[in-house]
Amino acid sequence: MQLSRRQFFKVAAGGLTGSSLAAMGFSPTAALAEVRTFKLARTTETRNTCPYCSVGCGIILYSLGDRAKNAHAEIIHIEGDPDHPVNRGSLCPKGAGLLDFVHSKNRLKYPEIREPGSKEWKRISWDEAYSRIAKLMKEDRDANFIARNADGVTVNRWLTTGFLAASASSNEAGYITHKVVRTLGMLAFDNQARV
Amino acid sequence: MTNHWSDIKNADVILIMGGNAAEAHPCGFKWVTEAKAKNKARLVVVDPRFTRSAAMADLYAPIRTGTDIAFLGGVIHYLITNNKVHMDYIKSYTDMTFLVKEEFAFVDGFFSGYDVEKRKYDKSTWEYQMGEDGYVRTDPSLENPRCVWNLMKAHFSRYTPEVVENICGTPKKTFLQVAELLASSHTPDRVMTILYALGWTQHSTGSQIIRTAAMVQLLLGNIGRAGGGVNALRGHSNIQGLTDLGLLSNLLPGYMSLPGEKETDYDTYIAKRAPKPMRPGQMSYWQNYGKFHVSLMKAWYGAAATKENNWAFDYLPKLDKTYDVLQVFELMHQGKMNGYVAQGFNPLNSFPNKAKVSAALSKLKFLVIMDPLATETSEFWQNYGEFNDVDPAQIQTTVFRLPTTCFAEEDGAIVNSGRWLQWHWKGAEPPGEAKPDTEIMAGLFLKLRELYRKDGGAFPDPLLNLAWNYKLPHEPSSEELAKEYNGKAVVDLLDPKDPTKVIKKAGELLDGFAQLRDDGSTACGCWIFSGAWTEKGNMMARRDNADPWHNGQTLGWAFAWPANRRILYNRASADPAGKPWDARRKQVWWDAASSKWVGSDIPDFKADSAPEEGMGPFIMTPEGVARFFARGMMNEGPFPEHYEPFETPIGVNPMHRNNPKATSNPAARVFKGDMEAFGTAKEFPYAATTYRLTEHFHYWTKHVQSNAVIQPEQFVEIGEALAAEKGIQAGDRVKVSSNRGYIKAVAVVTKRIKPLQVDGKTVHHVGIPLHWGFKGVAKNGFITNTLTPFVGDGNTQTPEFKSFLVNVEKA
Repeated sequence: MQLSRRQFFKVAAGGLTGSSLAAMGFSPTAALAEVRTFKLARTTETRNTCPYCSVGCGIILYSLGDRAKNAHAEIIHIEGDPDHPVNRGSLCPKGAGLLDFVHSKNRLKYPEIREPGSKEWKRISWDEAYSRIAKLMKEDRDANFIARNADGVTVNRWLTTGFLAASASSNEAGYITHKVVRTLGMLAFDNQARV
Repeated sequence: MTNHWSDIKNADVILIMGGNAAEAHPCGFKWVTEAKAKNKARLVVVDPRFTRSAAMADLYAPIRTGTDIAFLGGVIHYLITNNKVHMDYIKSYTDMTFLVKEEFAFVDGFFSGYDVEKRKYDKSTWEYQMGEDGYVRTDPSLENPRCVWNLMKAHFSRYTPEVVENICGTPKKTFLQVAELLASSHTPDRVMTILYALGWTQHSTGSQIIRTAAMVQLLLGNIGRAGGGVNALRGHSNIQGLTDLGLLSNLLPGYMSLPGEKETDYDTYIAKRAPKPMRPGQMSYWQNYGKFHVSLMKAWYGAAATKENNWAFDYLPKLDKTYDVLQVFELMHQGKMNGYVAQGFNPLNSFPNKAKVSAALSKLKFLVIMDPLATETSEFWQNYGEFNDVDPAQIQTTVFRLPTTCFAEEDGAIVNSGRWLQWHWKGAEPPGEAKPDTEIMAGLFLKLRELYRKDGGAFPDPLLNLAWNYKLPHEPSSEELAKEYNGKAVVDLLDPKDPTKVIKKAGELLDGFAQLRDDGSTACGCWIFSGAWTEKGNMMARRDNADPWHNGQTLGWAFAWPANRRILYNRASADPAGKPWDARRKQVWWDAASSKWVGSDIPDFKADSAPEEGMGPFIMTPEGVARFFARGMMNEGPFPEHYEPFETPIGVNPMHRNNPKATSNPAARVFKGDMEAFGTAKEFPYAATTYRLTEHFHYWTKHVQSNAVIQPEQFVEIGEALAAEKGIQAGDRVKVSSNRGYIKAVAVVTKRIKPLQVDGKTVHHVGIPLHWGFKGVAKNGFITNTLTPFVGDGNTQTPEFKSFLVNVEKA
């Protein structure tokens, strides 16, 4: 948006905000330039929580795009949430660098497989990944599931495949993971809290 | 944390030991600064290194790594002998008057019942004397020599300041200054908080170190009080939540536990976990275990969990032993595991003895990685020169790597150290084809269920009957899952006091765990989270930061488990008559007019139990009080005792010189081969410890450009004295080796690590930050856990990352 000098004064005369801007000595061109370059004004704010340590600092994600269905949101800035009662807007050197985590060049983008003895990754589809993993899991479970122990007691456990759960995934991810893993009869199951 | 981050501001004394909050939890540490500035609080730091926290301390005491029980045992001795205990508090709120069995003993480093061959205790003598009325016998006069108080006094009488100095290397004068400052919080008008982290957990005696700290806090009357407590500063953002949800080999959600194969009778399983009160008038809240358990099974298996099949009890796997990660990698190393899934976890870097972990992974048939980042574990088979010298052609493991979203790309809740469940919202789409973990778990499960439906297979019942009523079965939403762990009514719930009234209609969300029932009429995936998403909405998303009492208990911000309580055991903040110990720090109190407990926090107590009824504040224990005497609940003894790390720089336990079998934790589990892989001080003379830097988070931020810029290259820290001895200059490359391997890094020569005099020897420490690896945008480096020993704590099996032996030489 471009405003001419005359238009600016019209706006300024119309409201307290405009007049106080002028009173503080902002020249129209400087003020207008500021409006044009202040990128955060065009962003969508989303409340989130820092994923690193356990202080649980509140953060605000600033993304381009207005959440419209076809607008691709792009996070361009992350800062501390000043309303948060613990961090009150501050962040440490880790939290302050979160944007580079979101956009790290080492983010994984596609399902991949490394075949036995191979030196490289090969991209596969999600469906192929699910199918091959489920087949391997089922083969192992069917072959090694222990329904009864040596004393004939029902134990229904599967010991030859294990699962390590995350340390930063959400409660909801943790909950559904537990639900599925136990249902399969797995006991070799831990999360980062163990170490 | 028994308390929470902003509550630290209420403290008068702060002890940071076994952690370095200024470095590892900087924004939480601000509340220490706040307490110092606004409350004239004094900060004490005890650490082998002069850390960033120490730099802010009023008093710093050096300590040899792995000797914290000796130090804190010395504090207990000091408090008792100088009569600096909160006597009114401990008389009413602890087991000090309880009588212990005559047969219980402690001789020459072993408690009664030790089997040297099995390295295990028969704990039957570690128990109270029971009276004919079915309750524990007590002696309020404290004259009986079998009182917990008298046994405890005798046990710690050996931990004199001289013994502390000899074992810990802490100068006696400094130790006494620390003890005196800590002791100043024994009066009702002063409170101390203890902040610790993995510097306590990661020892072969880690659990007992933390217990010793809890005993100190009980003696001082600091548990349940604002500005007090024993506060674990957890290492990851939702490690608290995943622990609460029971994602550990032996647990179920909400600190319930899996049945063992010796308790396959359902009623026995429940009865064992629902103990009757051990003293008259006590709550023993775990008596409700059946309600929590049945509600869990209804949440998981719906209509398939019935009274007739004991709520699908056979669906749960039964344990023959604990399958902690050390046990699992031992089995993997023996070739007894075929598959493994690592979800947001990097075991090659995170577990001890990298060579063993790498060899174990190489024996797998398949490995599945779910992660936002390219972890070292996902490429354990790839040759990265000296950093990972393996031959891919020799490794026959099929590896899948599945891309997941990160925090910014999903909705959900995570639980901070203060037990706050905080909701977060999605800000953008993930890169490429990455998916949330919830969706990947659904995808795998649905594919498996399809195969079992089609082809049958081993015990398909639990899979086929798992409740999966999500609107989009392939994409269960965080909202649906959060409501499921909150719990709902399965049928109309009638008011037990007036059956004409319906409390909750079928399908409605519950208000909290008090509404749970054991007749199948309620479903709840995690009882301690009940109340998080009710008919009133998402309580975890609340953002009212008002603090009307100016004590930091912002009850309208997010949701704290249990029942939105901010400080656990807060009934103990009031005296037995129900009046706050300190009128300036009012938390909860008995309001005679309304016959209710009221206050600035949600009372952690039976709301209408008048003080005259004598119910104790520790409602989760069958005793109703806190325990100095742990009974059979710890594996190495009911009282903490100093044992040396498995790799000890002095080779002897000065507490038990004549019993070499009591040098290190007698009840810690050590696998064959790992004992042989321990080094001795002769070859590896220096005490090493690992830790984090403020610029990095674990093994993640080496993938992050800004962090890689500010802390690019792997280094180790050694003191000036050791550097001079070895002819090492700051900036030289050094090789640090243990009996399990070596790393090479730049030497930082520092004044912050000083040699200590221990048992007539000079002990040097070597500090090893843990953040590097062979993947990332920082300079590649060695995996620190190449060096660490494969042995865990005697109870939790958390590896002893914080105390081991190394040698240092110029590379």
